[in-house]
Amino acid sequence: MEMTYKAEDRQLTIALSGELDHHGAKGLMDAIDRCMEQHLPVKTFLDLRELTFMDSSGIAVVLRAKRRMEALAGTLVVVNIPRQAARVLETAGLSRYIDLV
Amino acid sequence: MKCENYITFECLSRSANEAFARGAVACFAAQLDPTLEELGDIKTAVSEAVTNAIVHAYPDILGRIQVRCRILEGDVLEIVVRDWGRGIADVEQARAPLYTTGGPERSGMGFTIMESFMDRLTVRSSQGKGTRVAMSRRIRRRRADR
Repeated sequence: MEMTYKAEDRQLTIALSGELDHHGAKGLMDAIDRCMEQHLPVKTFLDLRELTFMDSSGIAVVLRAKRRMEALAGTLVVVNIPRQAARVLETAGLSRYIDLV
Repeated sequence: MKCENYITFECLSRSANEAFARGAVACFAAQLDPTLEELGDIKTAVSEAVTNAIVHAYPDILGRIQVRCRILEGDVLEIVVRDWGRGIADVEQARAPLYTTGGPERSGMGFTIMESFMDRLTVRSSQGKGTRVAMSRRIRRRRADR
């Protein structure tokens, strides 16, 4: 599991790659928290294009990122969702709460 | 149903073994020539079951997790994940969507995903003795020579 980010004009793009499971979820959540606190974005894009696997730990990561953005009065958009990760997010009904593009 | 092939492996309840467990099951399931989507579903379900054992069966200690996979007559893949941990007090409650006693990195969607991604799921648990999660999925035949 790897995370890279790009911050510009209070817009943050966080890109995840590799496999996202319980083993890496806690560390990832902390890294996303720190990144948001450092850049105080008004909009964050969570880019899942390079994610090769995600289980329900990813749901917790996405929900946590959404709550952090709400605390900053900003918004979270999840983009480039691979088919397998989309199945997991759809099963959790996340499209009702979060922009999944 | 007649068993045509099987594997069994055990691992310690370390989170680093989650990727190994789902990868090993996916390698075994590959002989049924599943689609990428079927394989993704199987890997996800195994990841959920093994993670549950790591997080809930052995919250404070390292314990033993056994994964058994069988290919049954009719192209059915059966996966059984067992632990000898503390058990689940109320299985029905544990299976409810969004219910979790895990940490912030858990969503409470593990059993819901296992149910949705597999054809059949049964959970047996006894407090202080452990939990057995059995799930199966029929893989649609795509080639006549299989």
